[in-house]
Amino acid sequence: MTGRQRTRTHSLSPSSGGIAAALMVIVALLGPARAQQVESFEIGLSTNEIAITSDFTGARLVVFGALDNADARLLRQQRYDIVVALVGPRRPVVVRKKERTLGIWINRGSETFNASPESYALASTRPLSDITRESLRVSLSLGIDDLRLNIRDPETVGAAMATEPVGQVIIGESAVDGEGDAVVNRDQYASALRRIRMESGLYNQSFGSVEFVSPTLFRADLRLPADLPVGRHTVRAYLFRSGVFIRGDSERLVVVKTGLESLIDDFATRYGFLYGLFAVALAIFTGWFGRIVFKRD
Amino acid sequence: MNLYLPIAEISVNILVLIGMGAAVGFLSGMFGVGGGFLITPLLIFYNVPPAVAVATGANQVIASSFSGALAHYKRGTIDLKLGGVLLLGGAVGSVAGVALFTLLRRIGQLDLVVSLLYVIFLGGVGGLMLVESIQSMRRVSGGGSGEFRRSGKHNWVHGLPLKMRFQRSKLYVSVIPVLGLGFLIGILAAIMGVGGGFIMVPALIYLLRVPTNVVIGTSLFQIIFTAAVTTVLQAATNFTIDIVLAFLLMLGGVVGAQFGAAAGRRLRGDQLRALLALLVLAVGLRLGFELVITPTEFYSISSPTGE
Repeated sequence: MTGRQRTRTHSLSPSSGGIAAALMVIVALLGPARAQQVESFEIGLSTNEIAITSDFTGARLVVFGALDNADARLLRQQRYDIVVALVGPRRPVVVRKKERTLGIWINRGSETFNASPESYALASTRPLSDITRESLRVSLSLGIDDLRLNIRDPETVGAAMATEPVGQVIIGESAVDGEGDAVVNRDQYASALRRIRMESGLYNQSFGSVEFVSPTLFRADLRLPADLPVGRHTVRAYLFRSGVFIRGDSERLVVVKTGLESLIDDFATRYGFLYGLFAVALAIFTGWFGRIVFKRD
Repeated sequence: MNLYLPIAEISVNILVLIGMGAAVGFLSGMFGVGGGFLITPLLIFYNVPPAVAVATGANQVIASSFSGALAHYKRGTIDLKLGGVLLLGGAVGSVAGVALFTLLRRIGQLDLVVSLLYVIFLGGVGGLMLVESIQSMRRVSGGGSGEFRRSGKHNWVHGLPLKMRFQRSKLYVSVIPVLGLGFLIGILAAIMGVGGGFIMVPALIYLLRVPTNVVIGTSLFQIIFTAAVTTVLQAATNFTIDIVLAFLLMLGGVVGAQFGAAAGRRLRGDQLRALLALLVLAVGLRLGFELVITPTEFYSISSPTGE
């Protein structure tokens, strides 16, 4: 590894650019032989924006990707695993629990998760537990069971919602899911959140849905729910070799709503007061019109 | 014919909604009530989020009240002065009600409070009406007229200060109970999505001793304004008015009300009241039942603001 370090130091000074370039060539030549294989791993989307109409009833999203420079022997032995996930926009949610009080069911306990993805669809070559160990899944926020619902620093929540990390950097959200004694209780709420969203299809995962269509090209089938939330989604792809996470890639996908309903919704949120006045005017007009049409008195 | 509602964010059948509006309109025409107390629970049963059902109910009430009030205005059966004082209280009440609504929604207790209020009010009003109408029917079979009005008798309300004269209603009463009644109706309009006629009418008759012929017109007149204030406030603060939903209900409601009014003329007053009482009780029981049975899912998800 000394060669690589020297390269970096040299490239800082412009005068020794020639030497740095020369060393880099050497590193490039030596690299693959020494550190076995450097796979290149990339995914591509045909579009970066999905416009859904009000009668959207769900869809499939096919993500294609390329795995180049893979070790042919390991590939044959199926030691490479690929996971592709579409992570919806992260927003804070409150989960409440009903308890029977004086005979009626009342919301009593509640837990807030400050950055849970509104939707999550995952496709993988094999069940996640066969791909890699639990601790790595947790640190990668991989799979519904290990999906991160919280981001530690509330200040960064806004930033995390706006800019999901793009490119190679996909680890590094500093995060925790509950601390101290409250963890067990909090876990109940977290699993309820996962369960409710799984039942509504917002969270789904399917194994064996990433397939190699050629030795270097793979495709992942993701299932998009009918009530796919609008906002910035991130498609993340993870490459594992013999249970070790080696490379990742991600692409951004923006979901927007189109049609009259979305215009109304937009107007109602932006100009609430005007919208209210309009609603009143419409009601008065309808009432008056009904009177005219059916003159009975 | 399915349609996606922009604010309620659910897919609904257009014909079901127009039919629902028509059925409630028919009943409201028949009984001379706004119908908000039926629309809101029906919407909740139809899986519309309670917050949207309540706010949209208030919007729908404007249409039916306006339609009804126009007819009363032409017949001269509205006490504008009394209505004005009532709606002054009503406007303040609806501001308070919308603030309370927002707070309840944030702490996750809105659905519960809406259901509880419905159970209490529908149960109370329905029960009283049923008892009253049965007594009245007995009197009819005993040879009476079936209608009763204890005019001239005074109660504690007439001893309060700040008296004001309402010529059309032939009343000289304190403004305190009038403002107070308006205020209460305003709060109910905001939290329950009702016009409040089912409370206003008995209160005007039994509490303030307003003559029966101006009661309904005056009640409808003030409800238009209370519901309008509520609608604008809900739209501006909670974004819960679904205009598409409201319009479909109004459409059915306006048509249904005409036929209901015609049907109502063929039934006797006490029979009408007994029928309405049974209907009110049934809706109240249905909502009460929901509160008691064990839910299939104990957990629920919402955003921190309650959306």
